[in-house]
Amino acid sequence: MVEFGNLISNLQSSLNFFLPELVLVITLLTLIVVDLLFRKIRFINAYVSIFGFVVSGLLLLFQTREGVGFLGSFVSDNFSFFFKIIILLTNILIVLMSFESKELIEKGGNLGEFYTFLVGMSFGMFLVTGATNLILIYLAIETMSISSYILSGYTKEIRRASEASLKYVIFGAISSGLMIYGISLLFGQTGTLNLYEIKNFLAINKVDTFPFFVSTMLILAGFAYKISAVPFHFWTPDVYEGAPITITAYLSVASKAAGFAALLRFLKLALSLHTETVDSIWTMVSSIDWTLVIAVLSVLTMTLGNIVALWQNNLKRLLAYSSIAHAGYILMGVAVLNDTGTASVLVYFFMYLLMNIGAFICVMLVSNEIGSEDIKDFEGLGYRSPLIATLFSVLLFSLIGLPPTAGFIAKFYIFAAVLDAGLIWLAVVGVINSVISLYYYVKIMRNMFIRGIDKDKSTIRVAPVNQIIVFILAALTLLFGIYFSPIINWANASASILVWK
Amino acid sequence: MQSSLGFPILTWLVFLPIIGMLLVLLVPLGKDERSREVSHIIMRWITVVITFIQLILAIVIYLNYNKGLPGVNDASTFQFVERLTWINANFPIIGHIKIEYFLGIDGLSVPMVLLTAIVCFVAVFPSFVIEKGVKGYFAMYLLLDTGMMGVFVALDFFLFYVFWELMLLPMYFLIGIWGGPRKEYAAIKFFIYTLVGSVFMLLVMIGLYYSVGSFSIIDMMNPENFKPNSIFEGMHTTIRYIAFMALFIGFAIKVPSVPFHTWLPDAHVEAPTPISVILAGVLLKMGTYGMIRIAFPIFPDAVGYFQSLIAWVGMISIIYGALCALGQHKVGQRDFKKLIAYSSVSHMGYVVLGLASMRPEGISGAIFQMFNHGTITSMLFMIVGVIYDRAHTRGLDEFGGLANKMPVYTGIMMVAFFAAIGLPGLSGFISEAMVFLGAFNTYPYLTIASGLGIILGAAYMLWTLQKVFFGNLPDRWNKPWDPTGKKFPGDDLIAREYLALVPLAIIIIYLGVYPNPMLSLMNTSVNYFVQFMKPYVLIGNFLSGM
Repeated sequence: MVEFGNLISNLQSSLNFFLPELVLVITLLTLIVVDLLFRKIRFINAYVSIFGFVVSGLLLLFQTREGVGFLGSFVSDNFSFFFKIIILLTNILIVLMSFESKELIEKGGNLGEFYTFLVGMSFGMFLVTGATNLILIYLAIETMSISSYILSGYTKEIRRASEASLKYVIFGAISSGLMIYGISLLFGQTGTLNLYEIKNFLAINKVDTFPFFVSTMLILAGFAYKISAVPFHFWTPDVYEGAPITITAYLSVASKAAGFAALLRFLKLALSLHTETVDSIWTMVSSIDWTLVIAVLSVLTMTLGNIVALWQNNLKRLLAYSSIAHAGYILMGVAVLNDTGTASVLVYFFMYLLMNIGAFICVMLVSNEIGSEDIKDFEGLGYRSPLIATLFSVLLFSLIGLPPTAGFIAKFYIFAAVLDAGLIWLAVVGVINSVISLYYYVKIMRNMFIRGIDKDKSTIRVAPVNQIIVFILAALTLLFGIYFSPIINWANASASILVWK
Repeated sequence: MQSSLGFPILTWLVFLPIIGMLLVLLVPLGKDERSREVSHIIMRWITVVITFIQLILAIVIYLNYNKGLPGVNDASTFQFVERLTWINANFPIIGHIKIEYFLGIDGLSVPMVLLTAIVCFVAVFPSFVIEKGVKGYFAMYLLLDTGMMGVFVALDFFLFYVFWELMLLPMYFLIGIWGGPRKEYAAIKFFIYTLVGSVFMLLVMIGLYYSVGSFSIIDMMNPENFKPNSIFEGMHTTIRYIAFMALFIGFAIKVPSVPFHTWLPDAHVEAPTPISVILAGVLLKMGTYGMIRIAFPIFPDAVGYFQSLIAWVGMISIIYGALCALGQHKVGQRDFKKLIAYSSVSHMGYVVLGLASMRPEGISGAIFQMFNHGTITSMLFMIVGVIYDRAHTRGLDEFGGLANKMPVYTGIMMVAFFAAIGLPGLSGFISEAMVFLGAFNTYPYLTIASGLGIILGAAYMLWTLQKVFFGNLPDRWNKPWDPTGKKFPGDDLIAREYLALVPLAIIIIYLGVYPNPMLSLMNTSVNYFVQFMKPYVLIGNFLSGM
């Protein structure tokens, strides 16, 4: 037991690297007040939240990135820094996106709460990326989940949004139930909830394989739900289709990033032994072949995502399955279970952020105008709005993973990590999946450029601001496809998860 | 590093079309019919000028190329080398990842660079008939040009791969948007086939990087560079055989060799004429070029192991392609373009057979055949395009007696037809003879069997000649092609068709009479290549052994 005095001083020192999170909390509270006082000013909450994100980001940049606080339950390291930046960038993009989202503005009523929940959710995600205590991980995941349930049903007048929200709650409840059950089992076996202490316990003591396997698998189920890995993906297509497209984009990147951060940290801190000399090689505790477990999960996830996506006609749903497939690719990097794999996951996330959000913005801008997300209604888009269609194609090529786009670099590093670990079969499955995915991405381009040339000639007008945002995202996708050293170096520096001695 | 000319000529050669693409994209589209027509003309002539400058650059390279330097696996004897560090990043465990911007040419690539420049230039002229989406068309055309040229000059595997994949995107749209009735099917089939081949190439590339620690193709050729205990270390290991097969299949899809050829007839039939020209003229050569530049010298041991299989693939392609082409004369499916597409499968089979012989004359013949097939088949596709533009059909038995209606056209066409058959005095004869000479030494019986391809080739070509050009002109073609005289003032060729066809005809005749300019280009490199491969492969000596 820690003495009270120590507790206070620990809290005080911990707050130093909890500032970005505190800023988010303050933003959240400010938003509630602002929403009450200044609701007349259009988008005031959006500006406040962007301001909050920027301040939080600045504090992130200048904070010390090697700290353990709150009695060892929360850390600040380069690894979480990377994910926090991804989450912040996603947030800012989503807020920008919400300015133009017709469904939100028309059906969502006052958007005050929208931004409040967005900030609340990012706070939860920030916690997830840094949490090193199973209970804190659980609570943080719940914090982000509850916000996301509400956000996905935000346009409550639209039936499918309410349905999505309800489905999300039910699936979420089940998997968080599984997770907390797993946590309790693991606590029973090791007597601690702290990831470092679990590892230390496992290093010295022998635990029975079966109950240990069950408990860790249950915990993994909780993460798998967040990253929508098969077989915990059932909520994804319905929620992605039903939720406002801004939230779909948000869930597909930020929420996944948080899930992967927690998964990687859990695997590295709780389940692997790493010595000073071979820090980058994770020797996994116990007799379970974790690489195989995650590799199988990855193969199932990407194959199912890709194959089911072939049949989809609703673009939101198609991108939902595609994001399941991408989670599968990223899991390949996790399965490697070393720092190379972690670095490749980070690279992937950064590239994925650009291309996936970009693709969602394109879908939103077009469906704002044509009132549909059906792939058929995108026919002839290349002639109605050449710029958006071209930029959308660049982003889609990146999602396929063809050079010279960022998506290729992301896949390249994932495959490099997988081959480096000698998992040739996994890499082969991965590339075959890339080929499968080609078909449905190209299907969108086919509809935009090859079909419906003479169908509807009316041009689709898109506000210049949005054109610029999409243009920047597509340009970055190309830029990082050609010159990617900075991202690689940054990911490399962030790959090592802070290990508590 | 600067090239020996004082300016980075290869970079200009590769990226000049990108500049052209940007120029084309910047041309404003007019509001009314007339100003739109003007902007179309501007875009067409931008493309002509750009590809012409590219051709000039290629000729400058040809004139300044030192024929005495071998290249192949010797980095110091590559010419016009440009080598810069492109990506230099740290990665845990893997360590440094270094990717270079490494361009250079040797005797194996110079003929291909020339061919690309020539074909891209002449194929602009048949592109003039494109009326819809002109801007997108020429932008894609120029992007394709960059991708193809890049493949032939890249010496860094990563860079090679980027260029290799870069040309998929324009090709998909060029077939998909400006193609025939089944364009969607043909375009996606092309895309998926090629991607299947190239993703496995990607895995082999990463594996090679781990083994060698560099993406330089030249470093990968030296067995001493392979790190101990790395995946491709040693010789004659199973994993090396598998990796070679993955590369070989990736390239064979592009060639295309039987049994990976089924995308080609579809793509050719649906593609617009100029794209067929580029597809047959340049793209197919990327497959065989990839073999000789990458697959063979990096895995020479595996070439030895699979050598007879490669020869069989060549032989089967020759005969099967020729039979399929002959089959186009069957009632009901008589498509002129499909016939030439299958003849491409057959003619590219000679290249594969020549490479498998591993003898200097066989490999020289193979590279020369790549060049000749590029020029001859480009001509054949343009010839089909000429009548398709007029009659809007290319059924083999819908014509007859065109020789009377279009005498000049028939004259020029004869050059291409007889070159494709392999008539002495035209370039196709020399390369095929060299291929047979080489292959006969190593694989006498396979080569005798392949000889059947020549006979079949003569059969389908002469039959076509007879059906389309001789006999009686059907009544419905009796009147002038274009009564208004707007597009085609007379029945015979118009100026831009001359511009496209005549240069190719001159090259074909010139090289048929005097092949030395082309052969001497590659001689040193080919001899060097054979010496390099010698310890690993079977080099037959059937003729002199008798």
